[in-house]
Amino acid sequence: MSSPALDLGQAHRAARRRARVPRAPGLPRLISPIVLVLLWQAAGSSGLLPEHLIAAPVKIARTAVDLTEAGTLPDAIIVSLQRVAVGFLIGAVAGVALALAAGLSRLGENAIDPPMQMLRALPFYGLIPLFILWFGIGETPKIALVALGVAFPLYLNTYAGIRAVDGRLVEAGRVLRLGRTALIRHVILPAALPQALVGLRQSLGIAWLALIVAEQVNADAGLGWMINDAREFMRTDVIVVGLVVYSVLGLLTDALVRLIERRALVWRQAFQPA
Amino acid sequence: MAASLPTRVTGSVETRAAATARVASVRGLTRVFGDRTVIDGLDIDIERGEFVALLGRSGSGKSTLLRALAGLDRDATGNLTVDGTVAVAFQEPRLLPWKRVIDNVALGLDRPRAEARQALEEVGLGGLATAWPLTLSGGEAQRASLARALVREPDLLLLDEPFSALDALTRITMHRLVLDLWTRHGRKEEDAAGRGGLSVLLVTHDVDEALRLADRVLVLGEGRIAYETRVDAPRPRSAGDLIGLRTDLLEQLGVNEEDR
Repeated sequence: MSSPALDLGQAHRAARRRARVPRAPGLPRLISPIVLVLLWQAAGSSGLLPEHLIAAPVKIARTAVDLTEAGTLPDAIIVSLQRVAVGFLIGAVAGVALALAAGLSRLGENAIDPPMQMLRALPFYGLIPLFILWFGIGETPKIALVALGVAFPLYLNTYAGIRAVDGRLVEAGRVLRLGRTALIRHVILPAALPQALVGLRQSLGIAWLALIVAEQVNADAGLGWMINDAREFMRTDVIVVGLVVYSVLGLLTDALVRLIERRALVWRQAFQPA
Repeated sequence: MAASLPTRVTGSVETRAAATARVASVRGLTRVFGDRTVIDGLDIDIERGEFVALLGRSGSGKSTLLRALAGLDRDATGNLTVDGTVAVAFQEPRLLPWKRVIDNVALGLDRPRAEARQALEEVGLGGLATAWPLTLSGGEAQRASLARALVREPDLLLLDEPFSALDALTRITMHRLVLDLWTRHGRKEEDAAGRGGLSVLLVTHDVDEALRLADRVLVLGEGRIAYETRVDAPRPRSAGDLIGLRTDLLEQLGVNEEDR
């Protein structure tokens, strides 16, 4: 066999070397953002930066508290989260199911992969006019757009992960007399998991973007509606609050995936310093 | 249970009841890659309980033959009979990195994990049962791979240059371990029918390794067994015992006096 031996000792040593890179201490890195916010506040208070362009930080914080107390913000968050959750669920199930079908059978590959590769070239935000014609302007086109945005990165990454499985491990599985089902369960799917999780992270990022775009279309609830409504009244403070909430929600879902990664790929991190 | 054989290999797979003295018998095995005939009408017999080493220069078809015996090559033609179960340890350990060592050993077994644990004890890895494969050293991983092969109680153990990636010191330890396991499993497996136990086919390019371990050394050349010799010296053997054989084998492999 001409394939090189898996020299795991080397990876081990590389991990140790990485550990020696000094971590940037927190405080010095915080100084410049703090200074920027202070400058922003000063510019706002002195009237240098008019409020119809952008509100000052203190005003934005106060608005955030007001919106929360009035219940506007929590309601908007719940509506938006629901759209993302439902759209994500539909898109994830479709993306993973298609990837499994295409990755695990020749027939599936020929039937599914060519159209998927063609469709991925489509700028999917451009589908909004069609979606409005098909689904109207209610919840459906918003959820459909999120689902579509989620399905593709998950499909592409999971499929690529299955295809990139180390043939030597599959062969080892065969020698151990694993049947097809056992081979898929013990060898192919775990091997594809790291790449599938990369797809999961990408798809969650896209889910939020798709939601923001979809919510610009005639929403009567949700964060997008709150932002659009604020534009009418030139409430830049409300707009910024909406944007910050979008970012925080995006960061939270990303942290969730990272947590899942740490749990699911513990075998890979076992030899890396925590 | 019989080994699953390549479809195009014609030949019968005998049951355990009709056990013969041979664990494997190959007649006229041929394997062509493109217009290159790597194995050309090769014949081999492996006796029960026998330790055979297969030498050959790189590209001589050693691994091709081993893959055919393991049932991994569907495009080999000829007559190949394996009476019993086959297990393989590859050059790279090929442990599944997402399964702990013990789960790698127990993979595909429907028996309890106690046996896997015992197999790990046998190769001296009892303490690393719950370790992740990526944390093992090369020698440890190769031991785990041996345990995974042996826990299946094979009649024929195929070793595909399993020590070539290890450092010299680890290799010596592994040689002792393999001989030890072979001896032990040979006795354990012996049954009323008087069949010997574990047979080993070791593919290697290391003449000294072959001489130290094997009962019989074969040299593969031109797609057939070009040379064959028995090694009768008692084990443990030292390099000095076998100077004559060593010279013969190196000559067969095309290594001249000046190269040595």
